[in-house]
Amino acid sequence: MPAPPRKTTSPQTAKRSAEAVLDRDFLIIRAKLLEVAASLDRLAAATDPPADAERIAKIRQAIESLLDDGADHAETLQQIFSLPYDADWQERFGLGGSGD
Amino acid sequence: MDYFDPHIHMVSRTTDDYLALAQMGCVAMSEPAFWAGYDRGSVEGFRDYFRQLTEFEPTRAAEFGIQHYTWLCINAKEAENVALSREVIGMIPEFVQRPNVLGIGEIGLNKNTKNEATIFQEHLDLAYRLGELVLIHTPHLEDKYAGTRMILDMLTGDARTDRTRVLVDHVEEHTIRPVLEAGFWAGMTLYPVSKCTPERACDMVERYGPERLLVNSAGDWGPSKPTAVPEFIFEMRRRGHDEALIRRVVYDNPREFFSGCERFRFAAR
Repeated sequence: MPAPPRKTTSPQTAKRSAEAVLDRDFLIIRAKLLEVAASLDRLAAATDPPADAERIAKIRQAIESLLDDGADHAETLQQIFSLPYDADWQERFGLGGSGD
Repeated sequence: MDYFDPHIHMVSRTTDDYLALAQMGCVAMSEPAFWAGYDRGSVEGFRDYFRQLTEFEPTRAAEFGIQHYTWLCINAKEAENVALSREVIGMIPEFVQRPNVLGIGEIGLNKNTKNEATIFQEHLDLAYRLGELVLIHTPHLEDKYAGTRMILDMLTGDARTDRTRVLVDHVEEHTIRPVLEAGFWAGMTLYPVSKCTPERACDMVERYGPERLLVNSAGDWGPSKPTAVPEFIFEMRRRGHDEALIRRVVYDNPREFFSGCERFRFAAR
């Protein structure tokens, strides 16, 4: 018997205030941003531009997405780095059925 | 805290890892059949591998008080070889009734090809005909979202699918919601760079709740920590979550899902 669809609410909300999150994570966030910054510096110092500009564009798009308000930054960033889903893939593969 | 690692590839780990796992509270593990690091040449290679999963590894684990379970399949990467895949699928029934076998897995997609999808569906057909649990690998990195959607299409498109008996593994922020909303179990893999961190896994537990969620280390050939699940436990405690919630994700949920297999004879300590 299939399980009923599940509501994706948040019964286990974080028990921390924003202040508490920053107290714990500020230096970690700083360190991770520094890693990204240093990586961009390495790209800037590189002798030749990349043959494929797409990866650079995705990095830029991902960084820009972090400036948006909201609570879905991780999911948004994951989607930026994902190939698209083709709902007609089964028809294209000749496997029958259809995507949703 | 006693815990399960529901997805770890011990054939690729030294015995020292069993000792570390036992010392950190691992009481049981499940090891899906996976890629050997190279493409195997024949069905006999898989026969030997299945013997290793069903004979040697449970013996090695038992020396450290860990109960070892396993899953059988040809993995998504080698599924591109359709002829070999069909030979392996034909051989699985020889092993599936062995005491530590939980079901068919880790089947799935790798680069989301037609051959991979074909063999995935043939594995599903075998699992449903035999009444076995199913453990699913979702692709890495840029292929994960599309591959997960394709997998869900195939699962929901088969009227025999019992969603309570299917675990979709390696979910991340962009795939966890469709998997859970469709009624399947979901596994979060704590693996550096290409998958999830303990912190992000905690975020997802906080966002979606513990129902039908598991965490695992997927320790394998690559740089990976077999002690990743204890790191998740530690992070949850640091955030102030109670022991019952943590235990639900790392012990009760795996135990509940695996109990769907009649051969699962877990002895709690």
